[in-house]
Amino acid sequence: MSLLTLRDLDVTLGNRRVLNGISLTVRPGECIGLIGPNGAGKTTLMRAALGLLAGTCTGSSTLAALSPARRARAAAWMPQAREIAWPVTVETLVALGRIPHLPRGTTLRPQDQSAVDDAIARMGLDPLRNRIATRLSGGEQARVLIARTLAQETPLLLADEPIAGLDPAHQIATMQVFAGLARSGHAVLVSLHDLGLAARHCTRLLMLHDGKLVADGPPGDVLTPQNMAQVFGISAFYRDTDAGPVFQPMEVLK
Amino acid sequence: MRLAGGLIVLVAGLFILSLLSGYSSAGAFDSLTALVRDDASPLSVVMREIRLPRALLAVMIGASLGLSGAAMQGYLRNPLAEPGLIGISGAAGLGAVLAIQSGLVLIFPLALPLAALGMAVLAVLLILALAGRRGTSITLILAGIAISALAGALTSLVLNLSPNPFAAADIIFWMMGSLADRSFAHVWLALPFMVLGWGMLISLGRGLDALTLGEDAAEAMGLRLSRLRLMLILGVAACVGAATAVAGAIGFVGLVVPHLLRGMVGARASALLWASALGGAAMVLAADIAVRELLPARDLKLGVLMALVGAPLFLHLIYRTRKEMA
Repeated sequence: MSLLTLRDLDVTLGNRRVLNGISLTVRPGECIGLIGPNGAGKTTLMRAALGLLAGTCTGSSTLAALSPARRARAAAWMPQAREIAWPVTVETLVALGRIPHLPRGTTLRPQDQSAVDDAIARMGLDPLRNRIATRLSGGEQARVLIARTLAQETPLLLADEPIAGLDPAHQIATMQVFAGLARSGHAVLVSLHDLGLAARHCTRLLMLHDGKLVADGPPGDVLTPQNMAQVFGISAFYRDTDAGPVFQPMEVLK
Repeated sequence: MRLAGGLIVLVAGLFILSLLSGYSSAGAFDSLTALVRDDASPLSVVMREIRLPRALLAVMIGASLGLSGAAMQGYLRNPLAEPGLIGISGAAGLGAVLAIQSGLVLIFPLALPLAALGMAVLAVLLILALAGRRGTSITLILAGIAISALAGALTSLVLNLSPNPFAAADIIFWMMGSLADRSFAHVWLALPFMVLGWGMLISLGRGLDALTLGEDAAEAMGLRLSRLRLMLILGVAACVGAATAVAGAIGFVGLVVPHLLRGMVGARASALLWASALGGAAMVLAADIAVRELLPARDLKLGVLMALVGAPLFLHLIYRTRKEMA
């Protein structure tokens, strides 16, 4: 069973070929890290997979083929721009994630409320529940927006740099939430620049370079010295230790 | 729910006050019984054919403007958006001005609102052609600005070239906006458009809630953004076109009412829709009572009073927002 299959996905924005022949399959139980330098096409890959770039892409995505309403119950999406337009409470904002499940013209049912409570608890937001979301710090807002996608309770979750700007404890806690979701049979596709966290918490890494998928596999197979040199232009330290894998970028290669 | 109850009581109370406001020495009880009893007495005629349509129009127009304002602000995610932004009120005004200038109103009294509605429809077609199905919120704003500017320029041209000073004075007074001397013909003309517009705008609630998270996240939650924009344009145009056609330009309602009520509905865009409809109705009713009670002998225009009250209120809101931001 697959939650998302991309076949020969090409995206052209303006005159620029942003994605080039991407094929991949996401299965339940996977926590996938999407890595690559700035401009490699990470955001475009996720948006195209969701069908948000209709008209600019060729190839196929199983998610994009669904109707918008069904897609919203199959995959949740956290964009990189952390937009909260109005001063609503944290709980109200998280509850927006239930919109795809609510029959027209109804308010939150008990199962919706429990999904909201569960998402708030998972992201450690109980103390902030009644605070106004727009008055929180950037990192707190990011956690609230992650909780919103959790409340959507979809088999697949796509998040664009969700842990950027979080403090170390919350970065680790968030990656653990994602890994936990994967273990419970969901799948998570998350783009990130912290390769150390990616190495520790992801079951699989996708490495993008200039719109092409250059590596796809377990972290140890993707974060090789050759790949780090060719794609990121850096050297790195990588060891499997008793406390799990440790990855540390070291120097910029000339 | 308490807010809904409170607003409904407020609108109902102001509606009765509006019925009792104006020249006539009859007492409140006599007036209201005359309204119910159709006995062809002068008081009954005044109540049924002058005061009742006036109060009904105040409710309809206020609700339309409040609702349109809340919907525009929700879609653009900007508290400064207002119903006039897409250029429909400017275009409807131009239609009315042409009807006055050409003398059509003298031949056929409903020519004015019909010409205004016709122009509003033309403006909608133009805005759909400009902002299109694929357009973004920015193209919608730019198209609205262009149409407003064009309608304003053409209105000025008509005034500029007007050979008849009486027509020019009529135009200027009409543009100030008023509910005086309106009849049931105006109510029946505006009502179908407004009901259609209300239906379209109220149905947007869930989509506007989702837009709190931005366009990308909202689309991924199943929102059809191009359909929402189309419904918004048509709904606002129907509401504002009909309101302008029967009452002229009445500003600030669509801007101030959603702003006043946002905090009371917890800033939820969907709840703000119905709250602003009720709040708008209350505001226009109150202003229309005030124009009759403050200067009964002079024909104080509703739009003028609304701007006089609305602008300071808006300044106060800016001041409050600034304090919250600091």
